[in-house]
Amino acid sequence: MARVTVKNLTKRFGKITAVNRLNLDVEDKRFVCLLGPSGCGKTTTLRMIAGLEVPDEGEIYIGDELVNDLTPAERDIAMVFQFYALYPTLNVYDNLAFPLRAQKTPREEVDKRVREVAEILGLSSILHLKPDQLTPGESQRVAIGRAIIRRPRVYLLDEPLTNLDAKLRARMRAELKRLQKELGQTAIYVTHDQLEAMTMADKIAVMNQGVLQQYDTPDNIYNHPENLFVAGFIGSPSMNFIECTLTEKDNLLYLDSGEFQLDVSELREILLGGAKEKEVILGFRPENITVEAKPTGRYSLQGEVYVVEPLGDQTILDFKVGGDIVKAIVPPDFKADIGDKLWLTLSKDKFHVIDKKTEKVIV
Amino acid sequence: MAEVKLSKVSKATGVLCPVFDIDLKAADKEFLTLLAPSGSGKSTILRLIAGLEVPDEGEIYIGDELVNDLTPAERDIAMVFQTYALYPHLTVYRNLSSPLEAKNTPKDEIDSRVKEVAEILGITPLLEKYPTQLSGGEMQRVAIGRAIIRRPRVYLLDEPLTNLDAKLRVHMRAELKRLQKELGQTMIYATHDELEALSMSDKIAVIHGGRIVQYGTPMDVFQHPKNLFVATFVGTPSMNLFDCSLVEKEGHTYLEGEAFSIDVSDLASLIRSRLSNSELILGIRPNDFEVHREKPPGDHMEGEVYVVEPMGASAIVDVKIGSVLAKVKVPGSYSLDIGSRVWLAFSRDKMHIFDKNTREAIL
Repeated sequence: MARVTVKNLTKRFGKITAVNRLNLDVEDKRFVCLLGPSGCGKTTTLRMIAGLEVPDEGEIYIGDELVNDLTPAERDIAMVFQFYALYPTLNVYDNLAFPLRAQKTPREEVDKRVREVAEILGLSSILHLKPDQLTPGESQRVAIGRAIIRRPRVYLLDEPLTNLDAKLRARMRAELKRLQKELGQTAIYVTHDQLEAMTMADKIAVMNQGVLQQYDTPDNIYNHPENLFVAGFIGSPSMNFIECTLTEKDNLLYLDSGEFQLDVSELREILLGGAKEKEVILGFRPENITVEAKPTGRYSLQGEVYVVEPLGDQTILDFKVGGDIVKAIVPPDFKADIGDKLWLTLSKDKFHVIDKKTEKVIV
Repeated sequence: MAEVKLSKVSKATGVLCPVFDIDLKAADKEFLTLLAPSGSGKSTILRLIAGLEVPDEGEIYIGDELVNDLTPAERDIAMVFQTYALYPHLTVYRNLSSPLEAKNTPKDEIDSRVKEVAEILGITPLLEKYPTQLSGGEMQRVAIGRAIIRRPRVYLLDEPLTNLDAKLRVHMRAELKRLQKELGQTMIYATHDELEALSMSDKIAVIHGGRIVQYGTPMDVFQHPKNLFVATFVGTPSMNLFDCSLVEKEGHTYLEGEAFSIDVSDLASLIRSRLSNSELILGIRPNDFEVHREKPPGDHMEGEVYVVEPMGASAIVDVKIGSVLAKVKVPGSYSLDIGSRVWLAFSRDKMHIFDKNTREAIL
């Protein structure tokens, strides 16, 4: 059992509160990502769990054990960093064997475990090489091998893929996810890359300025963000945001941007119940827009093509809607030119209305 | 007229990455991108055009003029670098005006040009600020402003977005493309980022090992890569590759791989006429596969789900086909258990076939 629980965890550096009353429950065998921009407190949280930083307040449990007063070694965790630390004079075999030899593991056992880990990570054919003969991807796999060979209770990973190039990162993402499922052990993974978090995690903890914003499955984080920060941080291209006012006219309720009015009467109760003020933000994702020559629904608004960005398997159309730029994803064979006036239709359950003042998502 | 033409240009001496036999044309008003991994010579080509380097061989023309012997200043070009050089002690206004002051432009003229450029780049509210008070994106826009204010004949940009964060890069991509269309002037842009190249360019020159390996429109480069390098470098995730050979059986011709056999009798004579021996590589892009839970009619491969990577708008399903890990991009969210059997269907016109020996595309 290696559930990791933190309660009211707080860490201050001088006047800055790096982590503010964080509560998080990482279930056994789960892959949890701590996601946020730099300075959000994600690495500080990881280092407190590892025992490398001492919290100012709060408790950390591994399994049922309160570990606040345990040394890093006593916590039985393994950490993998962005900069992989390998011994340059030792070959891959000895780098992998090192943590076991330090524990005085019998020789045959060491050999068996090294070969097993090498097999899992696809390192069997390069066991004799020295670190300077390895590619960055191989080096990172050896570093991961050094972490898993000890079979700790929990893995902590701090941006382990950040220094790899984009192609290799995409490949290692899948490998790491699969590896965690095979090992069946708890992993906590820190990243600023929302795509890594989405693709790998069972659950994502989105953090900003030391405060947990939302803790949920990738699917819920993406489709049901709880606030403006999460809505804008997850997804690329980002969700489109347009400032609007809720206005009533002839018994109908409209989202009025100044440029367009959308009749949102069918959402009247939720919207008027949820919004503190009349000032709101309409949010919708680039892939949830239907682009056509004519308006085709209640939620249609007009835009003028600002620029066309073909990406090969899809195309981004950038529209000028009033003073805002709206990005829409269309199929690669969609024909449009700068200056074309087209209609963007949103579907009812695929847009969000956000309270501008509290930044909470109302619907 | 500011067409830029390079004819048989080589530069192998000196400390820069060498380039060989470069024949290249950027038509007037065109956005040409030099796309290559770092260390392939794209910066060398830009510096040769700018006049910062002297070619060993070959001619460089701007308009109809041979510029080999002209100084950088005489060539009337502007260059923007990855690391933007602004004067830290001058306001944004003075940073923009100084290139004109250096040319003794009248004061009124300077003022109207600064305001015009600031308007185009959306930096009017920043004119009285100093560089240290600006964000990365704002600084880059000022650097671009300094380049365009002189109204040179040609713009050269060397990885101008590389230092910006991912969200801002996506935003600036569209802004730069639009700006180039508005200015209506020739732009040559170097990047290692294939998405920037696809989305912004009229034409792309892919460079590998100091040579141009393909030159064409973005869609042409994406849909009809001329060799394995271009095929795997352009597109994310990369094109899936499968080793196979051409096999005759009972009057039919098959592409036979480790875990599939595809009847290509209709294409056999075409393939054979272009092939150096019988070893081939079959390439299929991640979005050109369709995932089936039961065996479909038509061309397909059978495999086992390795891991699923949800991305919100789409998901990547990693499928083990023999020893190859294929990536398949599917719309929406996707739920498939690790280890389940799936069939990947594809249509005949989405197959890319490469000669394993020459690495050139033959279909």
